[in-house]
Amino acid sequence: MEGGRAVSEGMTQDEARTDVQQMNMIQAINSAMDVMMERDPDVVVMGEDVGYFGGVFRATAGLQQKYGKNRVFDTPITECGIIGVAVGMGAYGLRPVPEIQFADYIYPALDQLVSEAARLRYRSAGEFISPMTVRSPFGGGIFGGQTHSQSPEGIFTHVSGVKTVIPSTPYDAKGLLIAAIEDNDPTIFFEPKRIYNGPFDGHYDTPAKSWAGHAQAQVPTGYYRIPLGKARIARAGEELTILCYGTMVHVVEHMVATLNVDAEIIDLRTLVPLDIEAIEASVKKTGRCLIVHEATRTSGFGAELSALVQERCFYHLEAPIERVTGFDTPYPHSLEWAYFPGPVRIREAINKILKD
Amino acid sequence: MSDPIGSVGIEGQAGHNLPPLRLHVPEPPARPGESADFTHFDIPPAGAQARPDEACPPADMRDMAYGLVRVLDEEGQAVGPWNPRLPAETLLKMLRYMALTRAFDARMFRAQRQGKTSFYMKSTGEEAVSIGAALALARDDMCFPSYRQQGILIARDWPIIDMMNQIYSNTGDRLKGRQLPIMYSAREAGFFSISGNLTTQYPQAVGWAMASAAKGDTRIAATWCGEGSTAEGDFHSACTFASVYRAPVIMNVVNNQWAISSFSGFAGAESTTFAARAVGYGIAGLRVDGNDILAVYAATRWAADRARANGGPTLIEHFTYRVEGHSTSDDPSAYRSAEESSQWPLGDPIARLKQHCIALGIWDEERHAAMDQELAELVRDAARASEKNGILGHGLHHPMESMFEEVFEEMPWHLKEQQQQMLDEWKAAGL
Repeated sequence: MEGGRAVSEGMTQDEARTDVQQMNMIQAINSAMDVMMERDPDVVVMGEDVGYFGGVFRATAGLQQKYGKNRVFDTPITECGIIGVAVGMGAYGLRPVPEIQFADYIYPALDQLVSEAARLRYRSAGEFISPMTVRSPFGGGIFGGQTHSQSPEGIFTHVSGVKTVIPSTPYDAKGLLIAAIEDNDPTIFFEPKRIYNGPFDGHYDTPAKSWAGHAQAQVPTGYYRIPLGKARIARAGEELTILCYGTMVHVVEHMVATLNVDAEIIDLRTLVPLDIEAIEASVKKTGRCLIVHEATRTSGFGAELSALVQERCFYHLEAPIERVTGFDTPYPHSLEWAYFPGPVRIREAINKILKD
Repeated sequence: MSDPIGSVGIEGQAGHNLPPLRLHVPEPPARPGESADFTHFDIPPAGAQARPDEACPPADMRDMAYGLVRVLDEEGQAVGPWNPRLPAETLLKMLRYMALTRAFDARMFRAQRQGKTSFYMKSTGEEAVSIGAALALARDDMCFPSYRQQGILIARDWPIIDMMNQIYSNTGDRLKGRQLPIMYSAREAGFFSISGNLTTQYPQAVGWAMASAAKGDTRIAATWCGEGSTAEGDFHSACTFASVYRAPVIMNVVNNQWAISSFSGFAGAESTTFAARAVGYGIAGLRVDGNDILAVYAATRWAADRARANGGPTLIEHFTYRVEGHSTSDDPSAYRSAEESSQWPLGDPIARLKQHCIALGIWDEERHAAMDQELAELVRDAARASEKNGILGHGLHHPMESMFEEVFEEMPWHLKEQQQQMLDEWKAAGL
């Protein structure tokens, strides 16, 4: 439990206790940008439909009215242009928060992210930096088909010079987004859109839940930050460690409760930099490790996690490391729930790893 | 099966008797062993091009995108409405900066051939493009250059030893040996870090200019790319953003006719001019004799004044010629006529300004020869001083562990771990 306690302390270390409100994840993300725009006149928000309309998911609602068009503006439909312009704005001294409307649309911006934003500090030896935070809804479970469902985090964790953050609750979303905006390095902030409006346990055929009543939906209205690189112990346990992030945290939590196994669930929150201490402490304690993510399997972030656990915890392992992931196929529209690494596959993996 | 393209598979279909389609793959007018051919260029006389007001709506000046702004005529006289009427002092400064750039290029090219560094790129014949622009801009306007605008740093009096340290990737290199030679970065000179990925700097310059406008600043941005890389998506994204937000930015296309071995036809030059890209975006477009530094200066000044008055962006095509290879890794005799550079119809930018200064009576051959001599010694001395900090591959580089610095502001655990592992391995190997 030592690792778990240390992480819990880190989670709230900079928290300033202010008024608390019930928020869904969109409201929490909106609040993070609101707080940061209020505090720092250099923070600007840009992207397709983010201005007057307030974003297709409403994440930027009200910001243009409050902070004006010079700081919150719609952009042409060119992701390459959005990120390229954000690099230039960062070089000027602004702190851009561009939105890419769906993570599936981020590929035209890849050169500007990988070769420019991520490399600028290094190649100029610190003369120029790119302190942008790229917000983008990602993941499936909304019948978005193959172009509105992908989880491309592994593409970015493979790139040196960029941080990758994925929240799983409204509370974390706000605290992590504030930390990302304040961070002087480029950060990819992937928002699991399936859980924007409520946690999702993987049972797509049951009525959708809202965040109402969820402990992690009690969000301070003011400023607080959750440091990048610190995981959250979503559930402490002794029997096995489950590494996950985003939507999958909730699917895993539900299955663990259903099976009544004493699993330790680690919500990674930040993939780069990774909280390796929390992972190592947990796996050394439980001796078993299951990795769950929605992204495709081959060269997915789970492969990196698996390698790290093997390198650091090999002599503590009592069973092979297991991965439950999306399949190595495009995200199929009508077969979405066969693709999604849902309760059936997670249950099978937990049973297998506990039997070994 | 005897006529697979013409009939099999479409037999009986409507259109069977239509002529076969043809793919047009552009071919330059002259290849190695052939005479240079510039007859397809329409080059108007100096002074012929009208000069619109800086506030002119883009729709009222579309002809500028198809003309050619020229000031210096064949006799070395500055003529016409674009003549910037610069004082003698400025003309001689231009001449010196161009000559210094050429001397610098000669020295560094030789250094690469001597094995002192991995790579170099000369700007021979294109010196006017960067130096004319740099002198027309304010010192604190922000430049987002491509790889052949070393003239900007030279015109901004950046120490050439600093540029050489970068080329040698030595202990004096402020960029810590991380970048390919000539990929300078000089924030204090308003010179953005150069990328090897083409035209990425275009939307960045527009973003910088948008930020300057949003903040109510007075500084503008300028950027450069080659004609070949106007084909990149970044170019078009940048033009769209610049047009939409009327960003205070000058977008320069250096049309030096060649993108490595691909002539400008592969970027669309057979069909229109590069300045004409501006027409589609509804922004001001100018097409300029890039070997005429007075024309480059005047066009840049026009665009800068326009941008500063909230008149929006300007796209300037500089019509010039890449006299040397693309880089030290290139051999242009393998793909183009050897005569082209000597027969380029717009001459050499240094020779043309020199002729003008002599015609004005402010310069002569003796002074010019003395200047060339002095500049050759200046770059020789700077190179010797720089080489004391090391040359590539001879040990005098930044410490090994510096490789891991500045990937992030703070080094995360995984980089610290890799750094330590590398040092331990080298120590264990007795190195």
